[in-house]
Amino acid sequence: MPEITYSITFYLMAAIAVAAALGVIILRDVFRAALSLILLFMTVAGIYLLLHADFLAIVQILIYVGAISVLIIVAIMLTRDARQGQPLGKIKWVAGIVALALIGVIAWGVINTAFYLSSTPPLEETVKPLGNLLFGNPGYMLTSEIAAVLLLSAILGAIAVIREK
Amino acid sequence: MLTVGLTHFLILSAILFAIGLFGVITQRNVIKVIMCLEIMLNAVNIALIAFSQSVAPVSLTGQIFAIFVMVVAAAEVAVGIAIIFSIYRNHESIDMEKFNILKW
Repeated sequence: MPEITYSITFYLMAAIAVAAALGVIILRDVFRAALSLILLFMTVAGIYLLLHADFLAIVQILIYVGAISVLIIVAIMLTRDARQGQPLGKIKWVAGIVALALIGVIAWGVINTAFYLSSTPPLEETVKPLGNLLFGNPGYMLTSEIAAVLLLSAILGAIAVIREK
Repeated sequence: MLTVGLTHFLILSAILFAIGLFGVITQRNVIKVIMCLEIMLNAVNIALIAFSQSVAPVSLTGQIFAIFVMVVAAAEVAVGIAIIFSIYRNHESIDMEKFNILKW
């Protein structure tokens, strides 16, 4: 991809992502906020593609757009009185100052740091190396097993919490 | 300015994280708080993958981290929404101000 196309795509994606994230906060209707959140998830998948992370972009679409947003929308449907939005709390000025200070500190730190950038080009396709890392011998096999146990216990915990007595 | 590099992705990630943090603090609807948590997790994932691509592009450690962040996010949403349902059934409300049953 030529440099200028890459930059334009990045700035477009970044603008849509920030606008969608603001929409999640600003929109009063919770359902519209959820739709804005789905737009944010898809834009983030596009940003992963810009970062040469093709497998993660697809996983982002599958898990976030496919599963998590459906869960959130089901939650909105089942808690019906949530449809009319409540006003922001009184601490919004403090929270705004904290958020702006956070952006300022991180931006200052990032701009003034000379990162050691690698000169090797990124991998063309990452599915096979990621599979080898996750399930290969010098890799993250134990972590994958623990993640499976975590998901199972989350399912059991959710069922136990939600069950009618 | 025009050549997009690691700095741009990190600043985008910081902006999204700050928006999510603002939402988590100020929103009163619990479902919106969970949505803002998801925004924060996505911002962290962007930072991880940007570092992975420009600092260690072959070892892919950042992408592995991002995968496990997604796993934890999925588990967190499932348990969080179950807790919201359970409280909604008992209190008929999902307002953050009413969630004070752990106080004494």
